[in-house]
Amino acid sequence: MSDTEDDASAKKFMFLTRKAPHGTIYAHEILEAMLICGAYEQDITALFIDDGVYCLKKGQDTKAINIKNFAKAYGAMDGYDIEKVYVDKSSMEARGLTPKDLMLDVEVKTAEEIGRLMEEQDVIITG
Amino acid sequence: MKFTVIVNEGPFIHQAADSAYHFVNAALAKGHEIERVFFYYDGVKNANKVSEPQSDDRDIVKLWGKLGSEKGVDLVVCVAAALRRGVKQENLAEGFRISGLGQLMQACMDSDRTIVFGD
Repeated sequence: MSDTEDDASAKKFMFLTRKAPHGTIYAHEILEAMLICGAYEQDITALFIDDGVYCLKKGQDTKAINIKNFAKAYGAMDGYDIEKVYVDKSSMEARGLTPKDLMLDVEVKTAEEIGRLMEEQDVIITG
Repeated sequence: MKFTVIVNEGPFIHQAADSAYHFVNAALAKGHEIERVFFYYDGVKNANKVSEPQSDDRDIVKLWGKLGSEKGVDLVVCVAAALRRGVKQENLAEGFRISGLGQLMQACMDSDRTIVFGD
């Protein structure tokens, strides 16, 4: 199958992470779902909003709370061809974060841009 | 229209499971198809047959199971999420089956719309 045919048959999936890591399991399990989806050659967008922006913070250390540091697996996204990684500008700024604080090379999007991105999707999976 | 429904919250603790159940029934009544209902996060607990609500309340676990066994709706519980929460073949309610996240992706790809129930 050529690349063009691949693109035509692929659906646009957005994985929307809204919760902070470690406090609840949502961020961990949506990451598992996103990595599986990566194997299906779909057009994937990863978006982090609200407390979800904390998931990408550098230097997370969960030893003191004895919880698996799943956040290391965000580094695997690239290997699954998940290259569209977006962060909501206002969520990031409200939490005093800048792209330099984040472990991945992200693109910062305004609420208006995010609205348009969501409009384009076939499927939005939330966590 | 063909729908995939995702249930992200457990039974009795959250309206999501009931809302999803009502949505599926309403969609079927209107002549739509349900490609699959996929249970993720605490949603997998909707398939735990040893749950026992008080007798004057709705038993959402049994109601789901009936949709599966009587109306043939494909009710799939995510295996990884289920194992974490103690939902296994031995306590799986009638009408459900346990499978992987690939079943979610395939259903989304094969449906016109995916509807998520949860926070």
